[in-house]
Amino acid sequence: MSKLREIITTHFGIDAVYCVGLSPAFVPEFRIQRERFEEAASMMKRVGARLVAEWAVDETLLGRSFAVYACYAADKEYLLAACDVPLNDPTFPSLTKKYVPAFRFERQIHSLMGLTPSGHAHSDLRPWIKFEDWPPDAWPLRKTFDASRRLPRVAGEYRWARVSGEGVYEIPVGPVHAGIIEPGHFRFQAAGENILNLEERLGYTHKGIEKRFESLSWADGTRLAGRVSGDSTVAHALAYCRAVEGICGCEPPPRAHWLRALLLERERIANHLGDIAAIANDAAFAFLLYQFARLKETILRTNKRLFGNRYLKDRIVPGGIAVDLPLEGADLIRAELDGLLKEFERLLTIYDLSPSLEDRLRTTGILSPELARDLGTVGFVARASGQALDCRIQAPFLPYDQIPPSMVVLDSCDVHARAWVRIEEIRDSARLIREFLLKIPSGELRVPLLPPGPDRSGFSVVEGWRGEIVYWVQSGLSGDINRCMIRDPSSVNWLGLEQAVLGNIVPDFPLCNKSFNQSYSGNDL
Amino acid sequence: MLRILQQIFRTGVVTEPLSDEVETEVVLVGARLEEAIRRRFSRSLVIREVDSGSCNGCELEIIAMNNPVYNSERFGIHFTASPRFADMLLVTGPVSLNMEIALKRTYDATPDPKLVVAVGDCGCNGGIFGESYATLGGVGAVIPVDAYIPGCPPTPVDLLNGILTVIDGRRT
Repeated sequence: MSKLREIITTHFGIDAVYCVGLSPAFVPEFRIQRERFEEAASMMKRVGARLVAEWAVDETLLGRSFAVYACYAADKEYLLAACDVPLNDPTFPSLTKKYVPAFRFERQIHSLMGLTPSGHAHSDLRPWIKFEDWPPDAWPLRKTFDASRRLPRVAGEYRWARVSGEGVYEIPVGPVHAGIIEPGHFRFQAAGENILNLEERLGYTHKGIEKRFESLSWADGTRLAGRVSGDSTVAHALAYCRAVEGICGCEPPPRAHWLRALLLERERIANHLGDIAAIANDAAFAFLLYQFARLKETILRTNKRLFGNRYLKDRIVPGGIAVDLPLEGADLIRAELDGLLKEFERLLTIYDLSPSLEDRLRTTGILSPELARDLGTVGFVARASGQALDCRIQAPFLPYDQIPPSMVVLDSCDVHARAWVRIEEIRDSARLIREFLLKIPSGELRVPLLPPGPDRSGFSVVEGWRGEIVYWVQSGLSGDINRCMIRDPSSVNWLGLEQAVLGNIVPDFPLCNKSFNQSYSGNDL
Repeated sequence: MLRILQQIFRTGVVTEPLSDEVETEVVLVGARLEEAIRRRFSRSLVIREVDSGSCNGCELEIIAMNNPVYNSERFGIHFTASPRFADMLLVTGPVSLNMEIALKRTYDATPDPKLVVAVGDCGCNGGIFGESYATLGGVGAVIPVDAYIPGCPPTPVDLLNGILTVIDGRRT
């Protein structure tokens, strides 16, 4: 159960300082010397742990310097390894040689905190999230940065990856691209219809969310967390609240835990329905778009009727939940699910028996299991490529420890698999909700939140409908928010899309993109 | 194929009527919208939706406007991929620094006369994100705005109402 922890303590001995005070206790945090930061990564890699996230913190207000954190996970265990980075030499050892997704994390650290990864001959130091027309020394996550000041634009050019050769051409798409969709830029190099290379450039919706947290109270932060990615408002608010409750030593009442999970599963069903609808539509099967969209609308309306909000925004609060399930609620939800699932199964038969749909979805946009693992993908994207990852099972909390979800893992790795995993998850979420309804205890909804002590940190993972959402929060000397790190599943899963489209034809890009449906806002923060 | 037909007939027309006051709202707003669009836009109001930095919550409801329950197409509302075909820009916010130029270019690419509607609390005034190094506040800080539809997010009925207000030339 504590394999990673044992490896660190036996290998590093007294050189790995165990930081007491991190909550919850199941996520140990070690400080190691900067020179040995990469060594820790290679130990983790050797035992098959994945890199969950890598981020930088300005700890000057806590009387220290900068720090870089890496979070690893294997099976049911999460572990944090951090190193101090001195102010007069803001560099840190790159983990990219050990973990591919580190290059994106490190680009972001370099862009927003101004720390430079070293030791990698081909470090990608192009700005990420930050654009080339920002002043190069604008590092918003540093404490010395004035977030209220408007940034001047400077001249700068972004160096795109290039592919050349006879007949190779380039297609730039976005940021304002087809449909009702968030902004992002996609640069394709193609020969004929086949995609040779795709480079994503995101950051258009960067709103300075992580910096904004530092000016809010712990309670007000919930509203902001609920707006990191609007379609995952429940999951983000829950992940934030769990991290905050950890740092504040606050235990919500049991009824709140059960109702929170109920909302989380309702969010999952609604989004999965909408996505299956959109995938069918991108394969020119409009019939299913309208049918599934209709089912999604029924969920939203029941949400509004029972909980006062179609998307369940601002219902989860630190210390519990802001809304109760009305008396007639359980019966209403059961009746809704009965009707919905009957229709759903009927539509699935049509989905399953449509050769035109099958032709478009099968073998399109394959993300191999090896790539899915090496890129650190999570959620339904990982599960559709053979990776058994679901933190409702790997890091369960009440009520998932009592009523475990069944994990759906497929191995065809294509658009069909990413759709079918979600189909199975709708069935399973409906089962979970029915079982929750039988067992939700009565009692209080909310307990007061007391401010945390100085210089503590909290960590949480929640399986939103897209996958594992990670929050890491740290308190300042006066118990305020010193840092709130967010890792949306999109931050890693966008890497998967770049690989999955290779060799596919350009017209199948929308279909591949929809089958991933990652958040731009959750990635750009 | 038979299954598809069966499902279509079994489903029937789900587009309103609904059972509560929402029904009258949609029907009333819809009738006035249809009339106004017929009168002023020759039966077809074409909209380009622009996300200038939103959390994607507003996008969910704008997409829901097109689901079979609200079915905004029946009132003559169409969404286009190109601003060059658009009569109206439906812009969500807050406008991020990184979207400022793209939003201005989209505005310039939309032929005159054009209408701009700012959607959501963030589109109206920057919302919870306010103004910072990364955000410029509401849509009005970057391009001229004709009408505002507040809400977080505004519901499909709010959206239909807001669009009606701007094309009907009457302010709420």
